[in-house]
Amino acid sequence: MSIWENLGIVYALLGAAIAVLMAGAGSAIGVGVAGQAASGVVTEDPSKFAKVLIMQLLPGTQGLYGLLIGFITLQKIGILGSGAADLTPATGLMILAACLPIGIVGLISGKYQGMTSAAAIGIVAKKPDQFGKAMLFPAMVETYAILALLISFLAVNGIKI
Amino acid sequence: MSEQYTYAVARMRALEVSLFSNSTIDQLIACQSYDQCLQFLEEKGWGDTETSGNAEAMLTREEEKIWEVVKELSIDMKNFDVLSYSKLFHNLKAAIKEVCTEEKNRHIFYEDVSIPGKEMVEIIKDKDFTKLPANMQHVAAEAYESLLHTRDGQLCDVMIDKAALDAIYEAGKKAEAKIIRDYAESTVAVADIKVAVRSQKTAKSIEFMKRAMAECDSVNVDQLSKAALAGMDALREYLTGTAYAEGAEALAQSPSAFERWCDNRIIQTISPQKYNAFTIGPVIAYVIARQNEIKTVRIILSGKLNDLPDDSIRERVREMYV
Repeated sequence: MSIWENLGIVYALLGAAIAVLMAGAGSAIGVGVAGQAASGVVTEDPSKFAKVLIMQLLPGTQGLYGLLIGFITLQKIGILGSGAADLTPATGLMILAACLPIGIVGLISGKYQGMTSAAAIGIVAKKPDQFGKAMLFPAMVETYAILALLISFLAVNGIKI
Repeated sequence: MSEQYTYAVARMRALEVSLFSNSTIDQLIACQSYDQCLQFLEEKGWGDTETSGNAEAMLTREEEKIWEVVKELSIDMKNFDVLSYSKLFHNLKAAIKEVCTEEKNRHIFYEDVSIPGKEMVEIIKDKDFTKLPANMQHVAAEAYESLLHTRDGQLCDVMIDKAALDAIYEAGKKAEAKIIRDYAESTVAVADIKVAVRSQKTAKSIEFMKRAMAECDSVNVDQLSKAALAGMDALREYLTGTAYAEGAEALAQSPSAFERWCDNRIIQTISPQKYNAFTIGPVIAYVIARQNEIKTVRIILSGKLNDLPDDSIRERVREMYV
C-alpha cells in the first residue's frame, strides 16, 4: 500500500501533529518567559513563590488544548483503537483544517500570554495584594485560545468519516 | 521586543519594593539625631555587620550591593558605561593630580570601576596611556602635560570633565536602549547648565565655558554660554525656551533648589521604566535610583551631623524613583 493511496489518513495525522506541536510550542515559549520572570522575583523574595507559580502556569493551557484536539483527532481517525480509518484525501484535508485553529492560535496566544504573565509577575512583585487584578491580564489572552479550541473541537467532531 | 531581560526586570521589580519612597525619606528626616538616622538605616537593612555605626562605610557598602546584584544578572557591562564613566574619569583626574603633585591622598579613588585607583596611578606614572580606554587616552596625555607645565588644577579638571561628558554622550548615542540615550542626553545637558550657572556666578569667560561644555542635542552650547555671559536673567530666559524650563524656575528659587532640580531631572528621565517589562531600561533605572537614594541619604546624614534644620534638609532632598 503506497502512501499516495492513503493521503487522507496522512493529512489527518498531520492535523493532529500540528495541533499538538504548535500549541505545545506556544505554551513552552510562554511558560519559559513567565518562568524567567518568576525566577527573578523568587530570587529576591521566595515568599511569593506560590503566586508567581500560578502566573507561570497560565500560558501552559494552550499545550493541553492542543493535546486534547490531537487526542480527539487520533480517536476519530482510528489510530487509537480499532485501526486507521479509510479516509479520502478530501476528508483528511478537512480534519487537517479543523486542527489548524488551535495549532496557530495556541502558538501565538501561548507566547503572548507568557509575556503578559511576565509583566503581571512584575505587579505581584511590587504589589502582592493586587494578585487578582494582575492575573486578569494574562487570563484575557486565554479567551482566544479557548475560542480556537472550541472551533477545532466542533469541526473535528462534525466531520463525517 | 526582547525577552532576554525578563529575569533581570522581574528581579528589579522585587528589589524596587525596598527602595526608599518619599515617605521613608520623610521618616529619616524626622529622626531626632544623626545616630537615630543611622539606626533607622540599619533597621532598613542598610550596610552590614562590619559597617555598623559608620555612615561612610554603610553608604559605600550600599553602592557595592548595587553592582553585586547587576553582576549577577549576566548583562553586558558595556551597557552601564554611561553610569561608570564619571567615576572612571574621576579616577583619571585624581591619578594625574597625585602623580603631578606627588601628594598622596587616601580614599580619593573609586574602586568599583574597570580601572581602580592603584592601577590608574601606575598607568599615569608610566605615561602608558595606551592602557586606557580609547576615549581617555588623548585627554589623559593632554591633561597630564597641561598640569605638569601650567600647574593649573582647574584647567586639568575642566579638560577631563568635558572628556567624561563627551564619553557619556558618545556611549548614549551608540546605545540601542532608549533609556541610555535619554540618560546621556539629560546628563550632558544638565552638566552644561551647571557649568553655565557656576561660570556666571564666578564671572568666567566665554572661552572657559565653551571649553568646559560638551555638545548635545537639547542645549546649544554657544547660546547657553552667551546667555551665561549676559547674566543670570538671560540664562534663565534661554532655559525657559528649552526642555529644561523647570531648571530656570529652580534657579530663581535658590542654588540648592537648582542642584536638587538637576538630580530630579535625571529621575524624571528614568521614571517611565517603572512600566517597562522587557528591556534593559528598568535595570539601568534601578541603578540610577539606588545611586540617587544613597546620595539623598548622604545629604540627610550630612545635614543631621551639622545640625541643619529639617526644612533646610528637606529643601535639598531629591525626588525618589518609587
